[in-house]
Amino acid sequence: MKKRVVSLMLVCAMVLLCAVSFAGCGKKDDVKQESSADNKDFKVGVIHIGDPADGAGYSYAHDQGIVKMQKELNLSDDQIVRKINVSDGDAVATRTAIEECINDGCKIIFGTSWGYMDTMEQMAAEYPDVVFSHGTGYKSNGKNFNNYFGRIYQARYLSGIAAGLKTKSNKIGYVAAMDISNSEVTGGINAFAMGVESVNPNAKVYVKVTNSWFSPDLEKQAAEALLDGGCDVIAQHCDTTAPQLAAQARGVWGVGYNSDMTKDAPKAHLTAPIWNWDVYYTKAVKAVMDGTWDGSNYYGGMDEGLVDISPLSENCAEGTKEAVEAAKAKIISGENKIFAGELYDNKGNMVCKEGEVISDADITGNMNWYYRTVVAE
Amino acid sequence: MNTLFNFLFASIKAGTPLLFGTTGEIVTEKAGNTNLGVEGMMFMGAFMGFFVACYTDSLVLALLAAFALGVFGALIYAYITVSLRANQVVTGLALTIFGSGLANFFGQLMIANYKAANGGAIPKLSERMSAILSEQPIPLLSQIPVVGKVLFSHNILVYLAVIIAVLCRFYMKRTRFGLDMRAVGENAAAADAAGISVTKVKYINILFGGGICGLGGAYISLIDGGGVWNNNCVSGKGWIAVALVIFAGWKPTMAILGSLIFGAFTVLQFYVSKSVIAIPNAFYTMLPYLITAIVLVVTSMRKSNKVMQPKGCGVNYFRESR
Repeated sequence: MKKRVVSLMLVCAMVLLCAVSFAGCGKKDDVKQESSADNKDFKVGVIHIGDPADGAGYSYAHDQGIVKMQKELNLSDDQIVRKINVSDGDAVATRTAIEECINDGCKIIFGTSWGYMDTMEQMAAEYPDVVFSHGTGYKSNGKNFNNYFGRIYQARYLSGIAAGLKTKSNKIGYVAAMDISNSEVTGGINAFAMGVESVNPNAKVYVKVTNSWFSPDLEKQAAEALLDGGCDVIAQHCDTTAPQLAAQARGVWGVGYNSDMTKDAPKAHLTAPIWNWDVYYTKAVKAVMDGTWDGSNYYGGMDEGLVDISPLSENCAEGTKEAVEAAKAKIISGENKIFAGELYDNKGNMVCKEGEVISDADITGNMNWYYRTVVAE
Repeated sequence: MNTLFNFLFASIKAGTPLLFGTTGEIVTEKAGNTNLGVEGMMFMGAFMGFFVACYTDSLVLALLAAFALGVFGALIYAYITVSLRANQVVTGLALTIFGSGLANFFGQLMIANYKAANGGAIPKLSERMSAILSEQPIPLLSQIPVVGKVLFSHNILVYLAVIIAVLCRFYMKRTRFGLDMRAVGENAAAADAAGISVTKVKYINILFGGGICGLGGAYISLIDGGGVWNNNCVSGKGWIAVALVIFAGWKPTMAILGSLIFGAFTVLQFYVSKSVIAIPNAFYTMLPYLITAIVLVVTSMRKSNKVMQPKGCGVNYFRESR
């Protein structure tokens, strides 16, 4: 009997401890912003697959966009409803998170990951008064469900220039989250390889696939396998900083993704293709607020500033700045379309004829070949 | 050939956290308690190890703290199963859920507080710490051709794992306490009749085993994480460790081999050339778990006394119902 009482007390103590720590957690470290008078009730929902608190990577990049949008439109902290660590493979969790946003009064909800697409499509039909904006997918209904994405391949091309100028072994590693069947990843690899080739025709890009968007240990192991194979620059299309840290540990170089990873791997990082999601978020939220929302899809590029590369670090080779700026000007002016013929894949087949340009829809949705300098083994 | 050596080298690294977990669980099970909370205790150790390494910049303190939190997790388990005699399986599962939640929760809290205090910088291991934890060739031994690179140029925690496994084997087979522990694990009533304090022996071994699991967690957060905290970092390694216990036949020295094999399956996909064997990546991702299932089937079919689970495993001891 005495033991039961003691254990009951222990359980109570543990519950209390948890409650206290949760209370401590609710405290915001940011200074609250006063919102403008007319939009006080307007709320924005964001569904994150990870946790922006990680300080780098995919969810962080999206959240930086939300934070900038909030400042731009002068919204208070209460007007942003964040749902974090929502698994995008779990339709029930996705639905619950979105329903919580709706119950909180959100008028527009951003779903930042691919897997939310189908759930958002269904819920858009159920809640016609709420705008559902889904990132990285392809579905939309033209009314309250649209899709937003961008030409990140333009930024990858530029980061390829930095990598191509830096490599000495002419072997560049690329840690990819998904294999050749995922055209978002594959298109990115191809653009990167073309950027490398534009300044260093002898360099090859070696690809290792982790089969996971977020897996620090697999990404590290893949990067180390590439380093073992003689690569001296590690680029990545996956969500953590692990590949950059692995490159730094071996004293070589890296090209990150999503956010400026120079702060994470200061001795290795050259530059990273980054998203400035605030460009879209500000536009979308403003449109819904003003009632000018038209439900059209959004596909931005470097000319609008949606995609860019992070500031070149001091690890970059000499002449990188000039080469990148020249290429950037050509991309923005439209002179360099990147996926313009003739192009050959790594099996020797012609995939784009002279004078033709592969459409954006094909680059993000229908690209299942590797560029000729890519080695995937 | 070089690829093969690199592959073996990477396998050992990938297997080390499993070795810690497996050794810890073997010690626990040999005393007659199946603790399915390995994953949870590894999570606790992972958080605590990283937290202390980050804030005190001392590896010894970090390992001690990780060990201590593993012990804390095991203490919860031991109190509930040994003293209160609750169901071991359920308690272990609860410990897994509790441990992973605890680590992720405090991990986030640590990042938030650190960022607030350090102007937005995320908590990272210092350069000094990273250097201590980096892979360093042992003088002389690493000069041996072939095995030198594969076996003797690791980070220090790899050696720690092997040393602990060997010491545990010695402890179990060659010491008086080890004999007591095996007796309790096989037949607690008989051990009790022989004058062994069952409760004391169980507590000591469960706590010790939990501490070793905690060290495995610290390996994951300190080495695998690359110097930053990652949520959900243990991600199922604790469960593979539980299966490895059976594979190893409750022998810590066999666990060294077992963890090496499982580590090899984890990194295999990055070293096998696609031009040699074209298998989808998803298959490689599945491999360690598939092997786990196969191992469980095979080991449960072999009926040798030497590799049987301790008979007292999973059964709580009631002196009154003797």
